[in-house]
Amino acid sequence: MSDKLEFSLAELMIVAASEAWRGDGEVLASGIGVIPRLAASLAKLSYAPELLMTDSECLLVEEPIPLGPRGDHVPKYSGYMSFERVFECVWGGRRHAMIGPTQIDRWGQTNLSVVGDYHKPKAAILGVRGLPGNSINHINSFLVPNHSKRVFVEGEVDMVSGVGFNPARWEPGMKQDFMDIRRIVTDLCVMDFEGPDHAIRVRSLHPGVGFDEVQGKTGFPLLQAPGLGETPHPSAEQLAIIRRLDPHELRSAQLKGNPPGIRAAA
Amino acid sequence: MNKQMTAADVVARLRDGMTIGFGGWGPRRKPMAIVREILRSDLKDLTVVSYGGPDVGMLCAAGKVRKLIFGFATLDAIPLEPWYRKVRETGALELMELDEGMWQWGLRAAGMRVPFLPTRCGLATDVTRLNPELKTIRSPYDDGEVLLAMPALKLDAALVHVNVADRLGNTLILGGDPYFDHLVARAADACYVSAERVEERLALAPEQARFNTFERYLVKGVVHAPGGAHPTTCAPDYGWDMSHFKRYVASAAEEGGWQAYMDEFVSPGEAAYQAANGGIERMGALPLPVF
Repeated sequence: MSDKLEFSLAELMIVAASEAWRGDGEVLASGIGVIPRLAASLAKLSYAPELLMTDSECLLVEEPIPLGPRGDHVPKYSGYMSFERVFECVWGGRRHAMIGPTQIDRWGQTNLSVVGDYHKPKAAILGVRGLPGNSINHINSFLVPNHSKRVFVEGEVDMVSGVGFNPARWEPGMKQDFMDIRRIVTDLCVMDFEGPDHAIRVRSLHPGVGFDEVQGKTGFPLLQAPGLGETPHPSAEQLAIIRRLDPHELRSAQLKGNPPGIRAAA
Repeated sequence: MNKQMTAADVVARLRDGMTIGFGGWGPRRKPMAIVREILRSDLKDLTVVSYGGPDVGMLCAAGKVRKLIFGFATLDAIPLEPWYRKVRETGALELMELDEGMWQWGLRAAGMRVPFLPTRCGLATDVTRLNPELKTIRSPYDDGEVLLAMPALKLDAALVHVNVADRLGNTLILGGDPYFDHLVARAADACYVSAERVEERLALAPEQARFNTFERYLVKGVVHAPGGAHPTTCAPDYGWDMSHFKRYVASAAEEGGWQAYMDEFVSPGEAAYQAANGGIERMGALPLPVF
């Protein structure tokens, strides 16, 4: 195996998250935040060159752009993707976004608006942003850097910003077919929605993490996917790509203490 | 025809209780010189329609906002808009919190003079539960789909900052992304633009003329406001001012912080504002952020 290879938990998560885009075809891959953006870039550079990607502003690139100040690197552009075009893309369904919501519930509903009572919140976050439209129109995956009951809440999220599989929220005649929630990558595991009635399953556990720990830090019951195993370790090639894409090591600041990918024995 | 006026002239045309749309996006190309002029005025009870950045935060801090029609408020590199957050958490704001797409869809409806436009965005979320005035509609065709009827978001006034304008009201937005300023302008009874540079009359080559995103018949006033988007970006002219943002963010954590910010930056006027930010040369040379 790759036991001699040293890698961080963030790097393990980048590789795990990149798998979310496998098989999507020609869609706009929007990784919002350092880990999702590196994950989408890795996917495009390793097995999904057909993905579309931007420079994180309004231009399309065929060669993913390294994060942060670029030195001598001058990006080459292949097209245009203003916010107005992004909405056209979103509403047409040709996109797979990965974002980090503040809360996620058992139905895959997400919250980016407020924590606590809507009218007098404990914490105002960003607002619903594009979550209502993204979630009802195209594929979405989530990145959670701090797997806990604060994120994976017991009941519904405090403010349902992104739609999910909660039947109580859908009225007859509303089109649910375009909704597609794929993966949740956390600092403990990878999950999907492939259980009965889209129940959340743990697909793989990061090195040194047990199912009971994940369950204990989740506010609702989880299923174990058949053949539940360890999240694959990054390969040397994948690590080289990640390090080239992130020359300023922004990934090392994404998880508290930048822990190693393989936990030290307790 | 000469539509040039001052920021104070623009604010004199605004009234308490108006619904005002703001161009730009988050911390990008916001009409901040006119926002500062509103902060200096007695104007109140506004309904603010914005993809929110410090425009929303500052107007909230100053108690100018009765209702906010928005999808988010953020400084981007600093994710949480400090004054929006602080005022939002007091429960004092009336809200219409919308999906980003619904927001521009409502402006589009207003600009096209139709009562609503259909969309799926917002269905099955708390956006519709919390805003019972948002109605659904069933498709009259064979599919019978139930859609959200996004109502027209009509604006009394629109405030937009552009790179270049002329005295006739022609405008150029030179940054890579024109955002939705054209829709903000179309949705309003009166659009006022501030501009980095104001010319007597634009005389452009064809490739430059493509940077014009809405017609001058929408524009009722043109304000010459160099550095008028500061501390937000005004690509390609200048980037955001992170040191100013940090000072502004810190004000939300200080006792009397807003009054101190007003005293230091806003109340003394725009010339003093430029001096307090290192002068217009420094402001105009702030580097564009790299992502």
